[in-house]
Amino acid sequence: MKKSHIAILVGLAAIVAIVLTTASDASTYVTFGQAYQMASAGSKKQIHVVGQLKKDSRGEIIGIEKSPDHLSFSFLLIDENNQEQKVYFNEPMPADFLRSEKVVVIGNYQRDTFVAQKILLKCPSKYQEEKLNASL
Amino acid sequence: MHYLIGNIGHLFVILSFVAAIVSAFAYAQAQYASARLQTDWLVNARVAFYVHAVSVLGAGVSLFIIIYNHYFEYHYAYSHSDKNLPLHYLISTFWNGQEGSFWLWMFWQAVLGIILMKTQKSWEAPAMVVFALVQAFLASMILGSVIPGIDLKIGSSPFILLRDALDDPIFKMNPDFVPADGNGLNPLLQNYWMVIHPPTLFLGFASTLVPFAFCLAGLWQRQYTEWVRPALPWALFSAAILGLGILMGGYWAYETLNFGGYWNWDPVENAVYVPWLVLVASVHTMITYKNSKTALKASVILVVAVFLLILYSTFLVRSGILGDTSVHSFTDLGLSGQLLIYQFFFTGIAVWLIVRSWKEIPTTEEEVSTYSREFWIFMGASTLCLMGLQVLIPTSIPVYNSIVEGLGVTSNVAPPADQVGFYSKFQLWFAAGVALLSGTGQFFWWKRMDRGNVLNDLLLPVLLSLLVAVVTASVSKVYNVAYGLLLFAGVYIILSNIIVAGKVLKKNPSLSGGALAHMGVGLMLIGILFSSGYSKVVSLNNSGLLISKQFSDTGNREHLLLYLHEPELMAGYELEYLGERLELRDKVGYIKRSEVEILGQPGGGKSPTEPLDAIAQNDILKDGKKLYARGDTLRVHPENIYYEIEMRKNGKVEATLFPRLQVNPNMGLLASPDIKRAIGKDLYVHSAPLVRDTIVWSEMQQVRVRKSQEFFVNDYVAMLEDISRVETVAGVELTSSDAAVQARIRVEGERGSYFAQPVFIILNSAQVGRIYDEIADLGVRLTLLNIHPETEEFTLGVETRQKDWVVIKAMEKPLINILWLGTGVLMIGFSIAMVRRFKDFRKGH
Repeated sequence: MKKSHIAILVGLAAIVAIVLTTASDASTYVTFGQAYQMASAGSKKQIHVVGQLKKDSRGEIIGIEKSPDHLSFSFLLIDENNQEQKVYFNEPMPADFLRSEKVVVIGNYQRDTFVAQKILLKCPSKYQEEKLNASL
Repeated sequence: MHYLIGNIGHLFVILSFVAAIVSAFAYAQAQYASARLQTDWLVNARVAFYVHAVSVLGAGVSLFIIIYNHYFEYHYAYSHSDKNLPLHYLISTFWNGQEGSFWLWMFWQAVLGIILMKTQKSWEAPAMVVFALVQAFLASMILGSVIPGIDLKIGSSPFILLRDALDDPIFKMNPDFVPADGNGLNPLLQNYWMVIHPPTLFLGFASTLVPFAFCLAGLWQRQYTEWVRPALPWALFSAAILGLGILMGGYWAYETLNFGGYWNWDPVENAVYVPWLVLVASVHTMITYKNSKTALKASVILVVAVFLLILYSTFLVRSGILGDTSVHSFTDLGLSGQLLIYQFFFTGIAVWLIVRSWKEIPTTEEEVSTYSREFWIFMGASTLCLMGLQVLIPTSIPVYNSIVEGLGVTSNVAPPADQVGFYSKFQLWFAAGVALLSGTGQFFWWKRMDRGNVLNDLLLPVLLSLLVAVVTASVSKVYNVAYGLLLFAGVYIILSNIIVAGKVLKKNPSLSGGALAHMGVGLMLIGILFSSGYSKVVSLNNSGLLISKQFSDTGNREHLLLYLHEPELMAGYELEYLGERLELRDKVGYIKRSEVEILGQPGGGKSPTEPLDAIAQNDILKDGKKLYARGDTLRVHPENIYYEIEMRKNGKVEATLFPRLQVNPNMGLLASPDIKRAIGKDLYVHSAPLVRDTIVWSEMQQVRVRKSQEFFVNDYVAMLEDISRVETVAGVELTSSDAAVQARIRVEGERGSYFAQPVFIILNSAQVGRIYDEIADLGVRLTLLNIHPETEEFTLGVETRQKDWVVIKAMEKPLINILWLGTGVLMIGFSIAMVRRFKDFRKGH
């Protein structure tokens, strides 16, 4: 066997290993229901849940609780199956949080609370205003 | 309305598109034409390319005129700039949008194309065919023309009018409506790095086209070996500039953003990191080919791969496909289809050319010896490619999802939840591997090695590195195996290159580029290892207070709440929050926010970055010098609030930091850090972007005092210093029948005195008006309630509120400056190597 063949084999093995580790470390997009089942089954894996903040009939965001020292907060998120869940975030509220039209939380269930490690916000018009804020 | 300039700009874009196609066609004809016609075709092709280049320039100038003159009837100017931006930020506005950045890319390639036309003889025609074709594709991205009949829009024009871009009812009422001001530039981009980082990065992008064009030309013309000589110096140039551009981005992120680092493994960052790794690998295989005629096939594949990866990264960043996974990809302009065609066109041509000529590309049949330099370089290049692949595969998960969904299967695969942890744990090993291979490879490069002398030459550097690494590890407590290996690898690559450079420098200094570049990499690895691996959040909230039961699970918080003048201990420092500061528009430095009264509201109907007038409430001193007298009008940037935080050690002030929070009506709250720099470690502090709750004032207490009598306000000593009649009161129209008096009350704070100046007005000799004055720093508000001329006493109303506070996060970044130093060394190394290869290329003529 030539050295170049060994090199190719090692390279292929590395590629296979990379694909496998990616697959095993990849997270998933799930609903709160699925996330709860995963956690109940003993999984500690961080997963993604996509949802919207809970609003009342007038469109005001409700269910936000801030810790008195401003260092953490919790909120109500409604996932794509319309399931409502309290999400706790051990960081101050991100700027623009209340303006976001879509929230992606990355974390897992710890008992009955969903604890987010990271929050991604999708703001409708962060850098490109879609409406003119001017008048005649 | 200024229609003309937009039409001219649009015309230039169309012209540049057409001229690029004409030039490509003419160059291709020149390649095949008979000798008699060849000159004619060449002249045509050159003229067409010059027309193209001039049009590109013309389009850029037109767009800049629109931005510079604030023609807000144009969407680009409206959405990216406003009237208050200084010139250098107007320039960065230019490439803030997708269209402008496409233009920037095209501009650099036009410049590089002209350089190639001037410097290449035999390569001009075939290489310029590739160049001109790429330019045509780029021009099509900003064409913004609709093909009649099939209603297909090609590209997104930067010259589109606001009324065509936005479907706003105002344009139905008045089609000629022009907004008074624009939306402004994202404040995070208002940074000097954003003026030079994008041009550098795009020059890096553009320059990868040069080796690619030579390589394709070589394959096309069956000159399989000759293309390497002109391509190599450009590949070095490209690796240097692209690397510099990437690191500038990292440095900007470190200084401006608040995630606490310079690299976040965001898909957008990965998309440029991967091509750079492959580019560096291609440089190494090309150098190997130049020296020993091996690795030609590898060079072809890598050079082609670099450019295709650049196209792929463009697709990732600009198609909107990263939407859910990246924090800063561009918004989708509907160019996905066009970008895919661009990608597939060049992938198709390159693959076809490679397949066609695969059997004809010369290779060496000889088995590579483990003791040859080729072996080590090849191993290093392969490791670099695998390193890139490890990042590329997870970054492409959104692409995988779209493909699978396109086939009708739902896929819920998401990128790894902890991006930084995931990529770091693998990249670490690859980086150590690359460093070990290249450190060893250096010895094989400069000397024939065999079984006999290999031990002799390698033993000393290995032992020495081991010694340095073990000592460093035990001193700085590196107890992690992977980190220890990376530390050893970093030290080893530096030491082995010092040894090699010592030998080479004596012979010929111009050969030292490689050694220097590798030393730079070693320094960078050590800097990254410590600044990231041992970055530590020091602002831990150790109070142990449970906020509430439901918040109890996660233990300590990584933020610290500082109340005004209530010092807290952190990382061996005593931290004291000294209050809110404002930045002066016309002078350098900060002033207390409480020292001025700002006239108007930040962004009140106008642009958010509009500086506002403010009235000095007392003499404003700085370092004993009087900047402004009481009553002076000065200009401030009210949207930027700086929190002055003093850091003391053993009672001595070590640093004063001013982390910033920007209140931007369009973009929300944005926090930027301030950094206490030191050679050993940086201390990185930023404030949390928190919205202040509505202030709740206490019930008003009344005190009755005489002039010069001391009293207490919220536990601070206060004194009514003076009371005088005033002729004008801001915001109130006084007539001759009105009278106004202003009290001047001094309150002694922890640090220096504050003045409150409440006003008491008698309107028409009957009605009474009172204007309170607040001392924000102390959380008190004073009102002049009543005047008792009979006893020469005055009744003051005192209200208090919760003290001002700030929430901060602070991190230690050990040895981060070694990373920046390493970057500099790497760039010098690249430059020396590049100069050498350019000279080499000239000699070849």
